Amino acid sequence: MATTIRPGETYGFFTDTSVCIGCKACEAACKEWNQLGGDSPSFLADSFDNTGNLDAENWRHVKFIEQVPDQPAATGNGTAWLMMSDVCKHCKHASCMEVCPTGAIIRTEFNTVFIQQDVCNGCRNCIAACPYSVIGMNQSTGTAHKCTLCYDRLQGGLEPACAKACPTQSIQFGPLAELQQAADVRLAALHSQGVAQAQLYGRDDKVYGGLNAFFLLMDKPETYGLPNAENAKLPSRNDLGGYVAAAITAILAVVGGLVAFRRRVTG
Amino acid sequence: MMVLAAEHFVRSPQWLWYVLFYFFFAGIAGGSYAVATLLRLSGDVRDESAARIGFYVSLVATVICPILLTADLGVSWSRFWHMLIDVTPGDTGLNFKYWSPMSVGAWALLVFGFFAFVSAAEAWLSDRRDRPLVPPLLNRLFNVVGAVLGIFIASYTGVLLSVSNQPVWSDTWSIGGLFLASGLGGAAALIALLMRYRPDAAFSLGRLHQAAGFFSALELALMIVFFITVGAAGSLPRLLPWLALFALAVAGVAAGLVGARGQMRVMAAGGSATLTRVRLDTVTISLLVLVGVLALRAAVIFSAQ
Repeated sequence: MATTIRPGETYGFFTDTSVCIGCKACEAACKEWNQLGGDSPSFLADSFDNTGNLDAENWRHVKFIEQVPDQPAATGNGTAWLMMSDVCKHCKHASCMEVCPTGAIIRTEFNTVFIQQDVCNGCRNCIAACPYSVIGMNQSTGTAHKCTLCYDRLQGGLEPACAKACPTQSIQFGPLAELQQAADVRLAALHSQGVAQAQLYGRDDKVYGGLNAFFLLMDKPETYGLPNAENAKLPSRNDLGGYVAAAITAILAVVGGLVAFRRRVTG
Repeated sequence: MMVLAAEHFVRSPQWLWYVLFYFFFAGIAGGSYAVATLLRLSGDVRDESAARIGFYVSLVATVICPILLTADLGVSWSRFWHMLIDVTPGDTGLNFKYWSPMSVGAWALLVFGFFAFVSAAEAWLSDRRDRPLVPPLLNRLFNVVGAVLGIFIASYTGVLLSVSNQPVWSDTWSIGGLFLASGLGGAAALIALLMRYRPDAAFSLGRLHQAAGFFSALELALMIVFFITVGAAGSLPRLLPWLALFALAVAGVAAGLVGARGQMRVMAAGGSATLTRVRLDTVTISLLVLVGVLALRAAVIFSAQ
């Protein structure tokens, strides 16, 4: 998709998992452009995917969700091999941004979520908050890392490396409004073909106010390790309750303490 | 691979030993200041010695806190001040996000440090002069403000955990209160323990046991609330591997209650509320309570990670 990139406009990814073939070209392109060394090779032995997770060295990760039926005679009904190129969702209401105490996590002129490496001090509060397990710590820099949506490429008018490398157009990059239209068309096409389980995730505002990087899924979100709309909650939901509980405890403790210390019995 | 439970798909922040001990010392620092202030507010000059122990403890524990927090940042330790100052180019200035407990906590620790230092210095100078340095009313007003900050320091660490998307932590709103009650109990226990080295403070020992008992009862109630709320969210299985630590925490609570009950029985039998010295049972109870304070925080912190 040839796109003219302008600051002030909202950009994102539409990842159509129904056409992902698990080639991991996006992972390789991401590492190549962003000069990510990758983690030490590991054999996880529970999947054909050995990347494992998104982290400081893996800003794109093609998840393999293998639901191969035990009975060879049965069919997978299109869901035996689910593949999804996962990435930072660049949430409209971003949990990481909400809790970051240093102001290191900002929204760029392309409305993406970006961690300023010279500001981050490695407190890891964003890691505790990100509901998608996206952010990882780089032990050598002591800072949090994640997908930048190729901020440097956007500034140069280039589309992100992963979208450029994707051979099946599973990863599409562009202005968010255009991507949402494309996703609606694709979903309608799949539904008309009888693929009733296809659904969009993050297309509307039910999940963190809407995701700049949203998905077409072939199963429910939880299957892909994504919280559903009911469970997609911001950390600040516990702000008031936590402080109120502490305040009530404080009042009870002070009263109790005063009573205990004021008590006098003549021996 | 990560083990995922319930509807949490979040990565652990790896807040481990430094954070555990920070939470412990923050509880002791804030709790000691609050207990010392309550002792001073009791109106009996004979409680002043115990109160001063509390202010000394508070300062020492407060000094340890930023060291632990800075160490936890690892190679980025020299950027600890980014918690307070935003260095974003073009947007520099003070950093204060009232909705982020970590941001509020960083400022609270700084301001509380001032109160802890001044109160400990005042206690030290008063000890040397053998008479109060500052008019009592002014001193108490200052202490009340400091105690409010101390209570915040002892409790916000729990709120900080809840304001996340981690299993267990974000499944309950009770951790702030729980850590506060536990910190107050631990502070009372530590002050009682240190009375060994300041015999004139033993006047307050019996009532310190009673206060610790009340804090322990509060902690026990909040522990029950914690288990109920976490259980309702479906995250109870995450607590199971840490039951031994929770058992230690309960043992600490029980020790606090036993200490209070022992004192009350003495009083009910017509004995004096004033103990003359710190005996072995106080040492044992205090140590058990302190171990419980640490164990509770370890169990809560580790269960999510």
